[in-house]
Amino acid sequence: MFGILASIIDGVLVGLVYGLAAMGLTLIWGVMDVINLTHGAMIVAGMFGLYLLVSGLGIPPYLALPPVLIGGFFVGVALYWIAVHRMVGRPPLMSLLSTFAVNLVLIGVGTAVWGTALFNVAVSLPGISINRYTFPGAHILAAVLAAVIAGALYLFLHRTRLGKAVRAVANNREAAELVGIPTTRVLALSVGFGVALAGVSGVLIGTLFPFTVLSGDGYQLKGFVVTVLGGFGNPVGALLGGVALGLLEGAITPFVPVSWTLVIEFVLFVLVLIAFPGGVFARRGSM
Amino acid sequence: MLLHLLRRPFFWIITAVVAGFVLIPALGNDVEMRESLLLAALYITLASNLNLMLGYAGYINFGSIVFFGLGGYVCVWLVNAHAWPLWLSLLAAGTSVSALALFFGLGILRLRGAFFALSTIGIVEAVQAFVQNFEPWGGSAGIYLSSSIFQPLGGPSRALWVIYFLMVAVMGLSLYLSYAIKISKFGLGLLAIGQNEDAAAILGVPTPLYKALIYSASAFLPAITGGLYFFKSAFIQPSDAFDLSLSTEALVVAMLGGQGTVSGVALGAYLYEELRGYLLTSDTFSHFQLVVAGVLLLVIVLFFPSGLMGFIHSRFPRSQKVLE
Amino acid sequence: MTAILEVDKVSKRFGGLQAVRELSFNMRQGEILGLIGPNGAGKSTLFNLINGVFMPDTGRITFNGTDITGQKPYRVARAGLARTHQIVQPLTNMTVLENCTVGACFGRENLPLAQARDAARDAIAAAGLDDRASMLAIHLTIAGKKRLELARALAARPVLLLLDEVLAGLNPTEVEHMIGVIRRIRARGISILIIEHLMQAIMSLSDRIVVLNFGEKLAEGQPAEVAQHPQVIEAYLGDPKLAAELHGGAAKSGA
Repeated sequence: MFGILASIIDGVLVGLVYGLAAMGLTLIWGVMDVINLTHGAMIVAGMFGLYLLVSGLGIPPYLALPPVLIGGFFVGVALYWIAVHRMVGRPPLMSLLSTFAVNLVLIGVGTAVWGTALFNVAVSLPGISINRYTFPGAHILAAVLAAVIAGALYLFLHRTRLGKAVRAVANNREAAELVGIPTTRVLALSVGFGVALAGVSGVLIGTLFPFTVLSGDGYQLKGFVVTVLGGFGNPVGALLGGVALGLLEGAITPFVPVSWTLVIEFVLFVLVLIAFPGGVFARRGSM
Repeated sequence: MLLHLLRRPFFWIITAVVAGFVLIPALGNDVEMRESLLLAALYITLASNLNLMLGYAGYINFGSIVFFGLGGYVCVWLVNAHAWPLWLSLLAAGTSVSALALFFGLGILRLRGAFFALSTIGIVEAVQAFVQNFEPWGGSAGIYLSSSIFQPLGGPSRALWVIYFLMVAVMGLSLYLSYAIKISKFGLGLLAIGQNEDAAAILGVPTPLYKALIYSASAFLPAITGGLYFFKSAFIQPSDAFDLSLSTEALVVAMLGGQGTVSGVALGAYLYEELRGYLLTSDTFSHFQLVVAGVLLLVIVLFFPSGLMGFIHSRFPRSQKVLE
Repeated sequence: MTAILEVDKVSKRFGGLQAVRELSFNMRQGEILGLIGPNGAGKSTLFNLINGVFMPDTGRITFNGTDITGQKPYRVARAGLARTHQIVQPLTNMTVLENCTVGACFGRENLPLAQARDAARDAIAAAGLDDRASMLAIHLTIAGKKRLELARALAARPVLLLLDEVLAGLNPTEVEHMIGVIRRIRARGISILIIEHLMQAIMSLSDRIVVLNFGEKLAEGQPAEVAQHPQVIEAYLGDPKLAAELHGGAAKSGA
C-alpha cells in the first residue's frame, strides 16, 4: 500500500518538474497564440547543455542552470525572429508549421551529431528514506528548484513592469500597442523566456532520467497535457497541471508498462479537449 | 460527374501523367527508372491524400503515416497468416483503415486546428505502442513474408512490375479523386470549412460529417499504398510502418507544391523525391534529409505559403484554368 | 398570420453577465421586425442563440413551427434561416460567386452545384455585386463585403433572414441602396429580423420594433408607439440626438 503512496509522492515531485517543462510552452502560447513545436527540441537542448557542461567542463550539474537559462533566452529570441515574427497575426496553423520546420532542422542536426544514443548525467544526492522507500535527493531538489523558478516567473509576471507588459500583450495585443507597449520587443522577450524555461527544465530532467536526442517529444506531449489541464499563459496553472499529471503517472506506473504511459497521457489529452474544447480553463466564453 | 470530368483539360493532363508513368519504364524495360518512379508515385499518392485534409479542409494531419502503416500491416498479415490474394488484401487494408479512420475521426475531429494536428501525432504513438505489443502481428519484431508470395504474381521480377503498375494505378486514382472532389459540391463545402469553419457551419455546411468523410477518404488510398509497399519489401515492423518522417515529408511536399492544388502536390512530390534521391547518394547522414525538409518547409511557410503552384498561378494567371 | 419565429422565455448567461434574460417575442411571417437597444443589450447574442451558435440556458425557440432550440448552426441553416454578421465573415480566398454558391448549395434548397451557381448569381444581382462576381472576397471594400454577406445569405433562399447591423460603416448613398435591397427582399416574401443602430433607417423599414435593454425586452410595438415609450426614451436619454432621431424615424414610417 505504501508502495503506491510512495510512487504517487514521487510522481508529485517529478510532476513539479513537468510543470516547469510546460511553463515555457504555455507562456508562449498564452502571450501570442503560437504553439511552439520546437519546445521538445529545446528541452533536449537543455539536457545536452547539462551533459556538455558537466562532462566537458566538469561543472557541478545544478550550476548548469544559469548558463542554460541565459543561452536559452538568446536562442529563444533568435527563434522568434526566424520562425515566429512573420507568423504573428496569421492563422495559428502557420506558426505550427514554421516551428515544426525549425524542430525538424534541430532534431535532424542533433541526430546527425549524436545519433540515437542514450546519455546519462550521474547525479547522486542523499535522499530521504521513509520505511523501505527512498525518495531520491535529485527528485526532491529538482522539485524544489522547479517550484522556485515557477515562483520567480509568477513574481516577474505580476510584480514587475515588464511582466505587466507581457500580460497586457497576452490579453490584447492591439490594445497594448495603442497604449505604447513595444509589442514586438515583448513578444520576442516572451519567446526568449519560454525557450529559457524549456532549456532549464531540460537540465532538471537530465538530472533525473537518461535521455536521447529524441526524448523531447515525450516531454513536449506532457507539456501539452499540462497546458490543457492548467490553462494557457498561467504559470501557477502549469505547476498545478504538472503536479496533477505527475500524480496520475505515479498512480499508474506500478501497474502499467512504461511504453503505455505516453499513450495514456495522449488519450487523456484528447479526452480533456473533447470535454473542454479550449482547455479546462478556457479564456473565452462559449463556443 | 464523369462526363463533367472528361470535359476538363486537367483530367487529361492527369491521364497523360499516368500514361507517362506506365509507358516510360515499361517500353524501355528500365528497372532503375521504374524504382525511382515508384518512389515518386508513393510520394505523390501520400501527399495528394494528405492534401484532402490540408488544402481543402484546412486541417494539418501530422500523423498520416498511421494509415500507411496500418494498411501495410493489414495487407501483409492477410497475405501471410491467411493466404489471401494480394488484390483482396489490399482492398481489405483500404476499407478497414478507412473505417478505423472514420471511428477515430469522429473523436479527434471535434478538436480545432492546432489541437487536432497535435492529436494526430499522438495517434501514431498510440497505434505504434499498440502494434509493438500485439503478438498476432509479430510485436516489435514484425512480420516476414516468404518469397513464395510472389509466385501467384508470376515470380519475383514480374511481381515487381505488377506492384509498380498497381502503385501507378493508386497514384492515378489519388489524383482523379483529389480533382473530382475539388470540383464537386462536397469539395466546395470543404473549401469553405478550410476558409472559416464557423462561417461555413452557419451557411449550412454539415461540418462534422464532411470532416469525418474527408478524413476517412484520405486514409483509403494511403492504406493500399502501404499494403503495396510492405508487400514488396516482404517485411514490416513497427518502427518502419509508423515512421513519422514519411508523413512529415508528405506534408512538406504538399506545402511545397501548393496545398489545395492537385497539380502542385504532384509536382512538389516529384521534385522532392528527386532532391531526396540526390541527397541520399551524396550524404551519409540518415537524418540529413529531414534537415533539408525542415529548411524547405520553413522557407515555404515564411515566404511562399501558396507553394510552387501559387507562384505559377500568380505569374501566369491563365494557368489557373488548366493546372488545378 | 402564422408566426415564423417564436422566442419563448430565452435566457443566456456568460459567467457573471446575464446577456439575455427571459426574452419572449413572436415574429409574423412576412414582416420586418426591428431589434434595437443600446450597445451590450444582448441583440447579437440573441441572434447567436437563434441560429445555434450558443445554446440557451432556458427557454425555447420555434422556427416555422419546428423547435430549433440549441440545434447546430448548419441544421438551422438547412431549415431556411440565414444570417449576416456584424463583423463580416467572408470566405476570404474565394470569389464573390464562390462565396454565394456555398450559401446556395447548403441552404434551404440544398441545390446541386450548377443550380446553386445560378441562385448565387441571382443573389449577387439583387445585392448589386454583379460587377465584382469574380473578385476575391478579400479584395472587396467594406461596403462590398457587407453586400457579399447579404448576397450570400440571400443565395440560400431563406425563409427568415437575420440582419446584424448590415448598414454600419456605409455612407448615405450605400445606406439608401441597401434599404432598397432589404425592401425588395421582403417583397419576395422573406421575413426579416434586423438589428440596426441607424435609427431613421430601422424605424422606417420595420413593421414592428422590439427594444432590448440589459438583455430584457423593454418595449414592443409599432415604431411610433415605441418611440413614445417613456422607458425607451429614458434608455436613450443619454443621447438626446438619438431620442430625436427615434421620433423622426417613427414619424417617417407614418405614425
